[in-house]
Amino acid sequence: MAFVKSLKCRECHKTYPIEALHVCEFCFGPLEVAYDYEAIAAEVTREKIADGPPTIWRYADLLPVDGTDYVSLGVGFTPLVKARSLGEHLGLPNLWLKNDTVNPTGSFKDRVVSVALSKARELGLKVAACASTGNLANSVAAHAAWAGMESYVFIPANLEKAKIITTSIFGGNVIAIEGNYDDVNRLCAELASEQPTWAFVNVNVRAYYSEGSKTLAFEVAEQLGWKAPDHVVVPVGSGSQLTKIHKGFEELYKVGLLDEEPHVRVSGAQAEGCSPVAAAFTSGLDYIRPVKPNTIAKSLAIGNPADGFYALDVVRKTGGSFGSVTDEEIIEGMGLLARTEGIFAETAGGVTVATLAKLARDGVIRPDETVVAYITGNGLKTVEALEASEGPTFVIQPTLEAFSEVYESIRSN
Amino acid sequence: MSATVRVPTQLRSLTGGVAELQIDGSTVGEVLGKIDAQYPGLGERIFDENGSLRRFVNVFLADEDVRFLEGLETPVKDNQVLSIVPAVAGGAS
Repeated sequence: MAFVKSLKCRECHKTYPIEALHVCEFCFGPLEVAYDYEAIAAEVTREKIADGPPTIWRYADLLPVDGTDYVSLGVGFTPLVKARSLGEHLGLPNLWLKNDTVNPTGSFKDRVVSVALSKARELGLKVAACASTGNLANSVAAHAAWAGMESYVFIPANLEKAKIITTSIFGGNVIAIEGNYDDVNRLCAELASEQPTWAFVNVNVRAYYSEGSKTLAFEVAEQLGWKAPDHVVVPVGSGSQLTKIHKGFEELYKVGLLDEEPHVRVSGAQAEGCSPVAAAFTSGLDYIRPVKPNTIAKSLAIGNPADGFYALDVVRKTGGSFGSVTDEEIIEGMGLLARTEGIFAETAGGVTVATLAKLARDGVIRPDETVVAYITGNGLKTVEALEASEGPTFVIQPTLEAFSEVYESIRSN
Repeated sequence: MSATVRVPTQLRSLTGGVAELQIDGSTVGEVLGKIDAQYPGLGERIFDENGSLRRFVNVFLADEDVRFLEGLETPVKDNQVLSIVPAVAGGAS
C-alpha cells in the first residue's frame, strides 16, 4: 500500500496526478513523488519491516507502488559487510561496504527497475524502455523478460561487450546508438514524447524509478541496527542515486524508524574523465558545466547529469566532499577492493574505492566515523578494463619441475 | 534562414499540439525568441528572468547541445533541426 499524495515539481512545487510524468510543464523542473509521511509513520514499524520479504519490497510503505504484484527478480537486501582489511589499509576502523554487486543482474539498477516497472504495470504501460550505459540495460531487459513485457533498450554502441551480451540474452530489442550516452539520453527524451505508452524507466517514469535508490539507505540503516552511518561515499553518474540515498536516511527519521536525527555526510565519487559535478564542487559553482566523457568508468560517463545540481547541493549541505580519480586509480581501486575484501566490482566500484582512499588520506573522511561505501556494480561486466593488467601469474608446462621452479620463485619473493 | 524546431510534449499545449515548427532566424536565440512571439507563453517556459536558458532546459542544434556551441548566439544554418528537450532523464549510478 503506497502513501503517495501526488507528483510534485522540485523547483516550483506545482502538483501533478500519479501518472507517467517526469517534467513540470511550467518550469521543466523534475517531478518527485510526494508522500503522506504522517500516514506512513502511523503504519510502518521496524517489526513490520523485519517480517517482510528479504527484498526492497520490505520497505513498500516508503515506495510509490500501490499493489503487491511486484515486478521483481528478488531485488535488494544485499550484504552490508564490515571491511576490516580495506579499513585497516585506509585507516578507517569503522568501514562498511554495501555490496550491490550481488543483485540479480549485478548492479543497484535492479532496485530502481523493480520499482519503475512495478509502477509502469500499475499505470497500464506495456513496453519497458530505457537509455542506458549498461547496468540499467541489463536490468530492464531481464525484468521485462520476467514480466513478459516487450522491451527497447538504447545504449551507446561503444559499450563494454559484456554489457551488450548480458542485455541481448534476455531477448528484448537492443538498439545501439552511434554516439555517447548523452546522445542516447537525448534521443530517448525525444522518443518519450513520441511513445507516451512506453515506460521509459529513466525518462517518463523516472519519478518512481529514482525512488528505488532510497532502499540503499533503508537497508544500510536496518543492517546497522537502525542507525544511520556518519559518512557515505557514493559514485555519481546522473547524481540521482546520491540524492536518493540522502533522502532515504531523512525519511527513516521522519517516519519514526530512526531514534536519532541522522547527520550523514554524503560524499560523491567521479571519474576524472567525466567529473562535471566534482568540478563544480571544487570550483564553488552552483551549476554544472556539461563535459564530453572520456573514462573507462562507462557506467558513470554522463557528461550532462540530470540530477547533478541536486547531488552538489546534498554534498554541500551535509558537509561531504567530492573526489575524482584517474583511470589508473580506478583500476588500482578495483584491485585493492578485490585483494582486501574479495569483492569484484565494476569500474564504478573502482571509482568509489579510489575516491574513498583519497578522501581518507586527505582527512575528509575521519577514522572515528562509521563509513559506508556503496559498491554498486559487478566486475564481471567490465573485465575489458582489466585486460592489460590482469592475467595468469605464471604460464608453465604441465610438469612437476616447471611448477617447482615457479613455486621457488613465489616463495622467495 | 529557417530551422525546424522540435517541441517536447510538455510545451505542445502551447503550440496547439504541433510537434514541429518551421521558424526563421539566424541564431538559436533569435529562433527561440520568434517562437515566443508566435506562441505566447512559450518563452517564459524556456528562459529564466535573465533571458538565459532555464537550468532544466536543453537545446540541441543538429544533435549538439548548444551549451557546447555558442549558446544562444550559435548561428543557425538553413534547415537545421533545433530540439528543445527537458534535462530530466539520465541513466547510470
